[in-house]
Amino acid sequence: MERRTLFAGWMLPAVLVAPQLAITVLFFLLPAWRAFGESVRATDAFGLNSSFVGLANFAELFQSSTYQAALVRTFVFCIAVTCLAMGFGLLLASFANRAIRGARVYRILLIWPYAIAPAIASVIFVFLLQPQIGLLTNLFGRLGLDFNYATHADQAFLLVIVIAAWKQVSYNFIFYLAGLQSVPRSVIEAATLDGARGFYRFRTMIFPLLAPTTFFLIIVNIVYAAFDTFALIFALTAGGPGTATETLVVKVYRDGILNLDIGGSAAQSIILMVIIIGLTTIQFRYTGKRAG
Amino acid sequence: MATLELQSLQKTFGATTVLHGIDLALADGEMLVIVGASGCGKSTLLRLVAGLESPSAGRILLDGADITDRDPSRRDIAMVFQNYALYPHMSVFDNMGYGLKLKGLDRATIKSKIEIAAETLGLTPLLARKPRELSGGQRQRVAMGRAIVREPKLFLFDEPLSNLDAKLRVQVRADIRKLQKRLNITSLYVTHDQVEAMTLADRLIVMHQGRAAQIATPIEVFDKPATMYVASFIGEPAMNFCAATITQNGRAAKLDAGPELTFTAGPRTAPDGTKITLGIRAQHATIASGPNSIPLAVEFAEPLGSETLLHGTLPNTTPFTLRVTSPAPTDHTIPIEIPPHHIHVFDPTTGTRMDPA
Ligand SMILES: Nc1ncnc2c1ncn2[C@@H]1O[C@H](COP(=O)(O)OP(=O)(O)OP(=O)(O)O)[C@@H](O)[C@H]1O
Ligand SMILES: [Mg+2]
Repeated sequence: MERRTLFAGWMLPAVLVAPQLAITVLFFLLPAWRAFGESVRATDAFGLNSSFVGLANFAELFQSSTYQAALVRTFVFCIAVTCLAMGFGLLLASFANRAIRGARVYRILLIWPYAIAPAIASVIFVFLLQPQIGLLTNLFGRLGLDFNYATHADQAFLLVIVIAAWKQVSYNFIFYLAGLQSVPRSVIEAATLDGARGFYRFRTMIFPLLAPTTFFLIIVNIVYAAFDTFALIFALTAGGPGTATETLVVKVYRDGILNLDIGGSAAQSIILMVIIIGLTTIQFRYTGKRAG
Repeated sequence: MATLELQSLQKTFGATTVLHGIDLALADGEMLVIVGASGCGKSTLLRLVAGLESPSAGRILLDGADITDRDPSRRDIAMVFQNYALYPHMSVFDNMGYGLKLKGLDRATIKSKIEIAAETLGLTPLLARKPRELSGGQRQRVAMGRAIVREPKLFLFDEPLSNLDAKLRVQVRADIRKLQKRLNITSLYVTHDQVEAMTLADRLIVMHQGRAAQIATPIEVFDKPATMYVASFIGEPAMNFCAATITQNGRAAKLDAGPELTFTAGPRTAPDGTKITLGIRAQHATIASGPNSIPLAVEFAEPLGSETLLHGTLPNTTPFTLRVTSPAPTDHTIPIEIPPHHIHVFDPTTGTRMDPA
């Protein structure tokens, strides 16, 4: 149902819309415009002068092996986080959909991680996994496992994947639970009487009916993994050790703010922006079609 | 293709008992229709047989084998749901083939079975469509097709016609009956439409508050209702009830509203002075003035075309409905007679039928 409110004149609407517009202009349009401006310029070594260089920054990026490595790393990271977070979200939602006793408590507990700020989430895991004093590190040590994400590149990468996925499971859980609850019970019962059971019934009946939810979540999870995990990664490893956990967003920050390559960093932001616009468009198209 | 037997089947949800022990036996190929008011436990009974709910007590035997604890997927029972429950993401062909595939049949067999079933139901041109591209009647036929193609031991129908318009319902009703007879599949059919119940059933089970009020052929249920509930539930309009007292050593009854009627079927065993309730159907009372006639004060008339229903009250304010086929009299008070051979005698305290000894 569409709700329309009629205002007399334009003053009130303008005042009501102004804060949102101001935020969009101040924190999105202006920076984006600046980034675009910087992406086609190069600054000299002392940061005093800059000159127009056209698409040179972009050309340089695509030839840079570190950028290519970050691209591949981000890709792997996104796939891993999406699969893990969605897989567990669906698994837990299936249990929650079946559970009768304690279902509410179970749901609330599962939704909690989503309410924790990304940096705090990282801090929690630091407490658990800090190389010298972490609780779990200690335990791993006793089991003969040399766990130190500050020095072992693959452990660090695995860790950021797990934490990023852990934080997103709640979101997927909520959507999958809602999706499962909207699957008509009689359809499942009909399939059961037809002789379907267990995983076969899930695969042939429930999972296909969840396809719209799955599609929506894939996009959301990729966007999350690619763009929203900056705070989490930065607080935990800051992209290290070396470049082991340097995803594209982390690289933008490191190159621009730490290494002062403003032009290259801006060019990277523009590329990220194009990707995110692309993904969002796909999602809007799709959800728009469903609503229509 | 099978016999079904229910032995004192009970179902309790928390504190409420929905079914108080149902005993039932279906012969091979029999169509048994379950009727009853909303909430009396019809669907629950069906779901117990299907295995979608588990009974609190009692046993279910299919072909003599105890299936009470068998998983619903292993019972070889097909069910047609009220909302059809078609698989929304599958074509009509795949909807019908799903169960066959699970039975482990090979592709060619599945295809030929589906084609035969589709031909029977006129679904052949629709096989490639998805359920959302079908009309209500077509969906209903797909649901039927999905059930028959599997050749199950037992058919369960839960109000399969309630989402169709009146005309289509009559047609599909006849189709279901023909199909069921031809395939000779033992069936349990739930409905709250008594016309559907009367026309489809080999036997009826009239349910009332979780109990079987009567299990008998439709004619028997109509002619000899076992309880006042059955008497008022089956038959349109509902049967009239008049208070009366036994007289003449059980050979007659004196209506509170006036005349004394002699039982034609034989004397009842109750002593004189026993309070009873006499039931008489609207079409069995006649307009006639004689020594035994009662004045009916007509309140309003319902013309139904070929007949008219006259609603009114007897002298002691008992409501009474009369069905007349001739042009309805316009008088405010008309004399009616109750033919003694059409009366039903009930015990007003238990509501059960009192037959001659
Ligand atoms: N899962 C359940 N939990 C608790 N009570 C239930 C449950 N299922 C059914 N009931 C109750 O059992 C009674 C019988 O329900 P049932 O669905 O069998 O009725 P019905 O005869 O099929 O009615 P209708 O004609 O309206 O479909 C109802 O009072 C209902 O509230
Ligand atoms: Mg029902």
